[in-house]
Amino acid sequence: MTTPLLKVRGLKIGATVYPPGEKPHDIEIVHGVDFDVEPGKVLGLIGESGAGKSTIGLASMAYGRGGVKLTAGSVEVNGRDVLQAPLRDIRKLRGAEVTYVSQSAAASFNPAKQIMEQVIEAAVGQGKFSKSEAQKRAVELFTKLGLPNPDTIGNRYPHQVSGGQLQRCMTALALCPEPDLVVFDEPTTALDVTTQIDVLKAIKDAIRDTGVAALYITHDLAVVAQVSDHIMVLRYGEKVEYGTTDQIINAPQEAYTKALVSVRSITHEEKQPTEPVLRVENITARYKGTNFNVLHDVSVDISPGQTLAVVGESGSGKSTLARVITGLLPPSAGKITFAGRTLTPDQPSRSMEDLRELQMIYQMADTAMNPRQTVGTIIGRPLEFYFGLKGAEKQKRIQELLDEIELGQGFQDRYPAELSGGQKQRVCIARALAAKPTLIICDEVTSALDPLVADGILKLLLNLQKIEDVAYLFITHDLATVKAISDSIAVMYQGKVQRYGTKSEVLTPPYDDYTDLLLSSVPEMKLGWLEDVIANRKMESAGN
Amino acid sequence: MHPILKLVAERLALGVLLLFAASALIFGLTEILPGDAAQAILGQSATPESLANLREEMGLNRPALTRYFEWLGGIVTGDMGVALTNKLPIGEQIARRMSSTLFLAFWAAIISVPLAILLGLIAVRYQNRWPDKLISGITLASISLPEFMIAYILVFFFAVKLFWAPSFASISPGMPLLEQLHAISLPVAVLTMVVLAHMMRMTRAAILNVMQSAYIETAELKGLTTFKVIYRHAFPNAIAPIVNVVMINLAYLVVGVVVVEVVFAYPGMGQYLVDAVVKRDVPVVLACGVIFAAVYIILNIVADVVSILANPRLRHPK
Repeated sequence: MTTPLLKVRGLKIGATVYPPGEKPHDIEIVHGVDFDVEPGKVLGLIGESGAGKSTIGLASMAYGRGGVKLTAGSVEVNGRDVLQAPLRDIRKLRGAEVTYVSQSAAASFNPAKQIMEQVIEAAVGQGKFSKSEAQKRAVELFTKLGLPNPDTIGNRYPHQVSGGQLQRCMTALALCPEPDLVVFDEPTTALDVTTQIDVLKAIKDAIRDTGVAALYITHDLAVVAQVSDHIMVLRYGEKVEYGTTDQIINAPQEAYTKALVSVRSITHEEKQPTEPVLRVENITARYKGTNFNVLHDVSVDISPGQTLAVVGESGSGKSTLARVITGLLPPSAGKITFAGRTLTPDQPSRSMEDLRELQMIYQMADTAMNPRQTVGTIIGRPLEFYFGLKGAEKQKRIQELLDEIELGQGFQDRYPAELSGGQKQRVCIARALAAKPTLIICDEVTSALDPLVADGILKLLLNLQKIEDVAYLFITHDLATVKAISDSIAVMYQGKVQRYGTKSEVLTPPYDDYTDLLLSSVPEMKLGWLEDVIANRKMESAGN
Repeated sequence: MHPILKLVAERLALGVLLLFAASALIFGLTEILPGDAAQAILGQSATPESLANLREEMGLNRPALTRYFEWLGGIVTGDMGVALTNKLPIGEQIARRMSSTLFLAFWAAIISVPLAILLGLIAVRYQNRWPDKLISGITLASISLPEFMIAYILVFFFAVKLFWAPSFASISPGMPLLEQLHAISLPVAVLTMVVLAHMMRMTRAAILNVMQSAYIETAELKGLTTFKVIYRHAFPNAIAPIVNVVMINLAYLVVGVVVVEVVFAYPGMGQYLVDAVVKRDVPVVLACGVIFAAVYIILNIVADVVSILANPRLRHPK
């Protein structure tokens, strides 16, 4: 048995919280966690947000983000407890023995400095390599990670390369000093699905070729299954289950792990299209001051009480389509018909009735609500605005809506800050429903939520569709969501509708190359999936 | 055209436009003031006939717009006219006075700007600890005291009690540099204390703002010392706001020195302007006003251009 490279025992982590209107007090966010990482092995840390996985990852570098304090236990790196070490020794460890890859490379690179300078900074600063040796190693790593122009990409500034490329550069930055351990903190979460798969493969190969050990932190079990040897499932700062990747995926023991493995349990019978309630015909649109079309000749229909899923990667024009339909961006050509009448292209000239029947729900429930208004005020506003409800009548209707979104009594007087992410999104749904709309445009409404919470929101939306007979235009990049809830699907790529039809038509082969790429890129909870997909690809991903 | 050149050209064009607007405003304000140059020359007891004659002679009867463009034409061609009181050409006077003022401002800037930035960096390094509080306390105290108060306190200790520096900052063209510096040491000290706090606090705030960024965490996780994190990673991204406040303070060093120059009887622009106002020498006041406006506008253009150059997205487009 080899000695562990990283040995964590009884790790407790605390933080001081400053709740509004209360005295600051200390809370514990990680309650005594034990684990080992052996040299050259990859341990996956998995859990929902708030599980403490990033906090634990950073603890291996004796770093507490924000006001986080490492309060008890031991973290031994190469046999030395870093929690007891003086700051001077910790600095020698950071960037030399243990390095870090963050979720957003775009934010983690200094915008004012060239990439090369940042990639070699730790290796040179820690005295591991001379400047020229480090540069040579960086170019080797750029090549290994599949970056274009590896000799010159280091001279670029972070804003001059794409998100997927920057994430690879960040991996090069972490591997450059030849560390013993790399902490990967959700390194592919912010990327498009087709880009994620390339970066994932690059990271996996780099780990294998350099023989480095890794902590791989993610909320996506299917992703972690592709790269790790062992998996630890965390919840509320405690270990739920620990085992080999094979065991966690194929034979989970704990109920929570089972729920994670079998997430997206929704079944939805596809409905056949009827006379459409919304008709989008040959829409072409561009943003002011630009000279290229974001949408080219887009045509889709939505049947009453059904769901059209618009799926595509970032930049495919799916949110722009929502802006055109709501009148926020008048199109340069094309026509929109809603409930038999032609909609005026710009929002201010639309009738109250048109505004009422077409509602929107956004990705960031946080920013879509006024933080100084109570839930009751937020939901009550459309009731006053569209129906002139007042007093007891309004209160009664607000409570009905709250019951519909399964929040019940006592929520009327709460402020958004007092709600969880899922509850906030439910309030946004209630606000949209208050207008008794015919169509709700849902723009990535579950993307910012944890899988189990997102699942609850989707179930609620489907249930409400049955009760209220409302149609959804569901914008998402997540194909699993699409499969779960849609009646028809439009696949968008570079501003065009690539594939369009009922769910079964779109998801039945033969596929066009792009749809094939998109569908095959969705991580599956299966060992060896990554290699199979890469081997069978027909086209390169766009954002790589 | 490179986007930077375009942005810089825009700023320059805007600056010129602004300068014209400022000149019109200054001219207009002196027109609104009661009395005119003829009244000022002849005094209160002048007869209406002599006033009318002089006005005719000086061309003051013509429409204001004509006189404005005449005056503007003179300024643009470098002719600032003649002072009413001593009939000396204003241009020569201003050239001499301005060089004195710039000399003072230059040395005050050389000391205060690097000192302010260094103190700002130290304050960030020891944020909320005693060095930060000490620096903030001292600079705040010095900005809170009126300039003349600081000036007289310094004169009292360093000139009257200790005889280290002269209380009158008189310099003449033939003096060796060291003697000149000795002569202006007290006014430089006063100016430094006045502008230090503003620049230091802005440096501190701008860097602290950048310190929230994710790339600062990256730098910390590379094992860099806190000071290296601050000056290598935070400072380059805080240059734009810092340069802006530095330029406003440099402008103040040129334009706002009136009190200090008067206290130390220093022969600069401030003295000249105060004398002219006292003697109602309108052409001199006009010329000084335009020069001061130009200094403000030029320094602000410099700040804008440096901010543009400090932005890597503009410097290195995709």
